[in-house]
Amino acid sequence: MTSFQQMIAKNQTTLGTRRKMVNALMLTVTGLLTLLVLALLFWIVGYVLLRGMKAINLSFITQPPRPLGVAGGGVLHAIEGTIVITVLAALFAIPPGILAAFYAARNPNTPLGIALRFSTDVLSGIPSIVIGLFAYAILVKPMGHYSGLAGGAALAILMLPIILRTTEEMLKLVPHDLYEGSLALGAAEWKTSLSVIFPAALDGIVTGFLLAIARAAGETAPLLFTTLGNERYDIKGIISNGIVQHQSFLMIIGRIVNQPVDSLPLTLWKYAQQPYPERIDQSWAVALVLMIFVLLMNIIARLWIYFRMRRMKG
Amino acid sequence: MHTRNNISSEPKFLRRLRDFFQHGDRPWRVLLILMSLLLLVMILAIGWLLWRESAGSRIQFGLGFLTPTLNANWDPVNDRFQAWPFIYGTLLTSLAAMLLALPLSLGIAIFLSELCPERLRQPLNSLIELLAAIPSVVYGLWGIFVFLPVVVAPFGQVLADTIGRIPGLGLLFMGPMPESGSSRLGAALILTIMIIPTITAITRDVLLAIPSHQREASMAMGATRWETIWKVLLPFGLSGILGAVIIGLGRALGETMAVTMVIGNSIEGSPSLLRPGYTMSSVIANEFAEAVTKLHTQVLIEVGLVLFFITLLLNIIARLLVWSVARKTPQDVRA
Repeated sequence: MTSFQQMIAKNQTTLGTRRKMVNALMLTVTGLLTLLVLALLFWIVGYVLLRGMKAINLSFITQPPRPLGVAGGGVLHAIEGTIVITVLAALFAIPPGILAAFYAARNPNTPLGIALRFSTDVLSGIPSIVIGLFAYAILVKPMGHYSGLAGGAALAILMLPIILRTTEEMLKLVPHDLYEGSLALGAAEWKTSLSVIFPAALDGIVTGFLLAIARAAGETAPLLFTTLGNERYDIKGIISNGIVQHQSFLMIIGRIVNQPVDSLPLTLWKYAQQPYPERIDQSWAVALVLMIFVLLMNIIARLWIYFRMRRMKG
Repeated sequence: MHTRNNISSEPKFLRRLRDFFQHGDRPWRVLLILMSLLLLVMILAIGWLLWRESAGSRIQFGLGFLTPTLNANWDPVNDRFQAWPFIYGTLLTSLAAMLLALPLSLGIAIFLSELCPERLRQPLNSLIELLAAIPSVVYGLWGIFVFLPVVVAPFGQVLADTIGRIPGLGLLFMGPMPESGSSRLGAALILTIMIIPTITAITRDVLLAIPSHQREASMAMGATRWETIWKVLLPFGLSGILGAVIIGLGRALGETMAVTMVIGNSIEGSPSLLRPGYTMSSVIANEFAEAVTKLHTQVLIEVGLVLFFITLLLNIIARLLVWSVARKTPQDVRA
């Protein structure tokens, strides 16, 4: 009898120790995995920062490229191109994104609301290269030439789901009292939405823009066959030329957007494939510029959301 | 009275129009509905346009274009195309990346949602998500010059010397490992790093959405923390986690730049993970802008069409799975 009880007791303690050990072991493993991935992040970011620092200088971001073999030169054309196509993409994506988000936030359970949320999620999962093919088929082919406009449209499709989703989240955070109060004062629904709800959610929505712009500015795949690349792109030249020839404002804008342009990621990709060490150096410098831009955008957006959430919680 | 008469004497359609625009609410609603439909229309338009633009290729090659072959033809000059090497490369690298990323992301998500101190949670979340914000080309550049020579080449050599010798399974790990490290293995490992943030974020949200009485009940029965996680929480959120993995797989399938830079871009016949390969997205990226003939363009668009259908299908399945968890719980889970 006693031996039987001893057996049970022994069994329980060994089993108990084993369970506790498994517990401790697995919990430690999850912590270690987190550390491992963080280490990878710091490895990538740190290496790009160090390697890029060595290759970058001021003329790199203020000068157009020089021919191979001539020292110096920069990627001003690509910076200008990136700005042009990102601004175009934002112009295309922000109005429909915000309007659709109003619908999604007010009518989450209607058939169209569900379909909208579903298609937002699905659209954000479609590969960017496929969206590039789409932009090629719908814009480049009919227009007959590559252009910054087509690239901006392709990036807009990528930005749309991000803008829509963050705007929707932020609109939902606005207290319902504000909406009802405005309606009770006799304001129409569109007036309420635009001048009461939208300003209340504005700073949250701006973070959505920042994240979307950061994503778009780093994209390469949809630009490969929409903007193509253009080493002689020079906005200052186009503008001064246009002023000398008394062209209208719209015409100058047209000339800026309606020709092939380069962008930073595109330049990085082209330079990285070349066998010349100075081009490789320049591609690291481009990587540094891109990385700093994207990380800054992300950090600003996250801090912004964080402080906003804290303020709303009180 | 005078004005009343005036209104009733104007044409009927004008009155309707005025009613419609009164207060501005109905035009506003119509505008919102149109913008909401825009997304749906866009997805349909992508599918339809790619289908139309690839017509020539679909008619000429039929299904033989996509079926498995050992020595595939890809000859733009003589107009002979077979897409199997690309499909194989995409599937192999993405599945390998998914298998590697699953345990890692699961561990991180468990740590972030169940164990991590409250104060550390937000910063750690943001750091993991930064990993997703790094542009794909930067991953590619880092991959070529750092990751391939430092990690992939030695690791691949070890794999070739050990698992590569086992008959059967060894076919997947057959050497020789290229000295530069450019291989399907390199692509799979880079993809793993790139999809970890996606899978982690959704899994974490799924775990956080599980009601806390599930945890409390399990702990009250005397289960350890790990037993609670492994036997209660994970089964509860299983469909959501499955959805997260499928979304990760979708990301991996469509990822272009980083993969193109590290995979070596070769259509040799070896099925091994340790040899250079090619993927669907990289062949489009490499050849589309310089397509030789009209047929070549159409063929590449058809490759894009296949990629579109695969990712569309995976995404629809995944969203339904994730939403099914969200419906069981009060919290919203979005990916």
